[in-house]
Amino acid sequence: MSAQDKPRFATLWLDGCSGCHMSFLDMDEWLLDLAGQVEVVYSPLVDAKEFPDNVDITLIEGAVASREDIEKLLKIRARTKTLIAFGDCAVTANVPSMRNPFGLEAVMKQVYLDSNAIQPQVPTVTVPELLDRVVPVHRIVKVDVYIPGCPPSAATIKSVVSELLAGKKPDVMALTRFGA
Amino acid sequence: MSPVPITAEPVKTFKIDGQDVSARETESILQAARAHNIDIPTLCHLEGLSSTGACRLCMVEIKGSNKLLPACVTRVQEGIEVVTNSERLVKYRRMIMELIFSERNHVCAVCVVNGHCELQSTAQKLGMDHVRYPYLNPQLDVDASHERFAIDHNRCILCTRCVRVCDEIETAHTWDVMGRGIGSKVITDFNQPWGESETCTRCGKCVNVCPTGALFEKGKSVAEMAKQRQFLPYLVSRREAMIE
Amino acid sequence: MTAEELLAIAESERQAKQQLKYCVHVCSSTGCASSNSEAVAAALQQHVKEAGLQQAVQVNMVGCMGLCALGPLVEIEQVQVQGGAPPTTVLYQSVTPADAPEIVSGLVSGQAVQRLRLETDDPFFTRQTKVVLAQAGRIDPERLEDYVADRGYQAVFKALTDMTPAEVIEEVTKSGLRGRGGGGYPTGLKWNTVAKVQSDQKYLICNADEGDPGAFMDRSILESNPHLVIEGMIIGAYAVGASKGYVYVRAEYPLAVKRMKQAIRQAERAGFLGQNICGADFSFNVEIRLGAGAFVCGEETALMASIEGRRGTPRPRPPYPAASGLWGKPTLINNVETFANVPGIILDGGEAYARVGTEKSKGTKIFALTGKINHTGLIEVPMGVTLREIIYEIGGGIPDGRKFKAVQTGGPSGGCIPEQFLDTPVDYESLSALGSIMGSGGMIVIDDSSSMIDVAKYFMEFSKEESCGKCVPCRVGTAQMYDLLCKFSAGQATEFDLRLLEDLCDLVKNTSLCGLGQTAPNPVISTLKYFRDEYLAKIKKPEEAFGVASTQAEHPIEEASQ
Repeated sequence: MSAQDKPRFATLWLDGCSGCHMSFLDMDEWLLDLAGQVEVVYSPLVDAKEFPDNVDITLIEGAVASREDIEKLLKIRARTKTLIAFGDCAVTANVPSMRNPFGLEAVMKQVYLDSNAIQPQVPTVTVPELLDRVVPVHRIVKVDVYIPGCPPSAATIKSVVSELLAGKKPDVMALTRFGA
Repeated sequence: MSPVPITAEPVKTFKIDGQDVSARETESILQAARAHNIDIPTLCHLEGLSSTGACRLCMVEIKGSNKLLPACVTRVQEGIEVVTNSERLVKYRRMIMELIFSERNHVCAVCVVNGHCELQSTAQKLGMDHVRYPYLNPQLDVDASHERFAIDHNRCILCTRCVRVCDEIETAHTWDVMGRGIGSKVITDFNQPWGESETCTRCGKCVNVCPTGALFEKGKSVAEMAKQRQFLPYLVSRREAMIE
Repeated sequence: MTAEELLAIAESERQAKQQLKYCVHVCSSTGCASSNSEAVAAALQQHVKEAGLQQAVQVNMVGCMGLCALGPLVEIEQVQVQGGAPPTTVLYQSVTPADAPEIVSGLVSGQAVQRLRLETDDPFFTRQTKVVLAQAGRIDPERLEDYVADRGYQAVFKALTDMTPAEVIEEVTKSGLRGRGGGGYPTGLKWNTVAKVQSDQKYLICNADEGDPGAFMDRSILESNPHLVIEGMIIGAYAVGASKGYVYVRAEYPLAVKRMKQAIRQAERAGFLGQNICGADFSFNVEIRLGAGAFVCGEETALMASIEGRRGTPRPRPPYPAASGLWGKPTLINNVETFANVPGIILDGGEAYARVGTEKSKGTKIFALTGKINHTGLIEVPMGVTLREIIYEIGGGIPDGRKFKAVQTGGPSGGCIPEQFLDTPVDYESLSALGSIMGSGGMIVIDDSSSMIDVAKYFMEFSKEESCGKCVPCRVGTAQMYDLLCKFSAGQATEFDLRLLEDLCDLVKNTSLCGLGQTAPNPVISTLKYFRDEYLAKIKKPEEAFGVASTQAEHPIEEASQ
């Protein structure tokens, strides 16, 4: 199969711990199979700077926590056929959303002002503006497949991705759950 | 095997999901369904405690009526045809689960009952793979003043099992509910810290009937806390035997 | 008390009144009292005394006369009339204590004070049919004798001495009376169900936990004529075999509570409550229970839990109160206005009662007219009158030259009705066919300056605040619906939010435990039905709603429905 015929595959890392990507790497030798089946066009694991057009499958790890995240998602949604919320942070906002009950201001104050005696200041330069509330991916863009799990197991990821590549609709909740 | 014991009590025969079933006339549709291995999801109901019909997950249809009925508190009737799994019921159940998840801060990944949680397993069973409603993310307390137990209100779904088991089985009535609507909260005594409760017997029944990680034993780490429920039917049957 | 003693009191009251030249009625209900009617009465009293007219003029505190917007209202009833002409009445509006001298000197000269005069040939007065409110504003609610003088407690005598309980129920059934609390359940049928249950103890409850925003029918009845309600309760208790009754009234109605308490004491002293009432083998006592401010306690099972001293939350029905009510005993529970209809039915017969109204909705209904309407106040109209007659004729139309937009009936449990349905007759079936309900009688008029989204949001906030929190759909669903309505109101909603909102309406309506939740979506459903454009106008594209630059989106940027 030539590179032109292969499905174009991408992954994205928003506000999360990268554990879902680690679990992805845990697929071990199947990664070689996958590499044969798809063309990986964008990912924190590869060296591509700009999210390309005409992507078939994008896995999104992490919750939406900044204005930059929203802009990325809108762009990626427009360029992706099947968009997958990958892991609990993308699906539920999970641990990153644990700051929500307190409000952004209180959290920033606690982290950057109250507990930093040497140089207390809230960073504003070259860092993206944080949203007041961390939200799951589907609050911003349409999501086609949800894979809960913290992280989803390598077996779950393999099963879902291979079903999708085979043109089937995976029954994800038979494989995983929140917090799995 | 007949699930209906030999008894003087009249028996009703009817249908659940097309299957012919029978039950004693004092039984609920839920009891009859479970006796016939027909699964109806519940969260507030627990065999051995009174039923309140609060979570609304066990709503079923009766053919010929447009009204939905909670299976846990609806008595069986001769000749009715119960439907437990119509498209409408499946949709409503999923929405109710989404509402429960949206209400407080349920973060399974860091929860002490991860993997042993009825809320979590019910969501999985009902195929709820995400929550469409915005998370309300309220700011709620954790009361860890008790020497053995703690309550994290972030994980409470207000099923009131703790209230009922404490009142009906332990008869201490330490737990109750205060406030109303979305601001409701389970409390110990008159909203005093649990550790200062004069009525709590430290029996731990509330912890074990709690379907989520809201009530837990201290010293258990994430995913360690499994609830023990065997005592409840045992205590109930012993009590009934004593009364007879 | 015997029937003869009752008639003797009535006769002596009539004779005492005939000695007077004028009766001056000053409204003392909450509406007029809040605009100082007590001081008006005192000033009138003072000037009558100074003019030496105590023998000829009596100043009475009375109940509601209806036109609350123009209070304090004072009515001058001319008792003795020259040459056998019928007695006349003059009604004064917005009376202040400073008007007292002029009014009193008018009594001497026989000249009415024209500048205060309120024309009683206005449709507000002439188009009403007062049955339940017939004595309101005419009798002193704090005097049993006033009530007795106008046929009061005769229905109790008739029922207890001439009729069997079954005959009483038969008469109520014939009247076609339906529950005035909003449900519209046939009263005779309910009574019959409770009567048929065998029990060593039965209870009767008068539900006076009126809580809809903008509704004050029950308060006005209790304030204006408490004995009428007590009489209805006695007859109901006799019919179903209840020996103990409760009036569950909200503590926010201090005047109604005070008058009801007083009336119960008076009725006890006169022997209408207690042992062997009217010499019959029937005993009945009434107690007052105060509600602590929860709307949900108007729901009958929550109300009963509250009376029992428990947390006021509803429980699933069945069992219905008729089978297992207060403390597990058979219980008859009716609304204030329902009981207030009963004495008339017993005295004049069910058939006479049923001559007023429509085929399925008999008698009259009291409405509290509020909102953007000229004649804010309390009205009683025959069932079947159109909304247009109520709003434009009786209600005097919309103030400030604005345009009518909708009328909300049934409060937070009801819906809005737009202009094209103004000719709908007001009865239980017609209003529910439009997606609203009769409700207990609140009628809130909305003009074109209001956003219907804000109206829905207002009622949803109310339902959210008043949800007891027991069942999930109502507790969380109303909170989510309120948040969604806020997004619409702020112009931050998306297409997806509209779908979420409509799905929630469906869920909360069909799966909530009690009437509060089941009806809470109605204001949203009806505004979505009749004013959908207002919602659509507020919808933003997601990239606008998220406050980021529009992108060249090829796929719809929104969440899937499942």
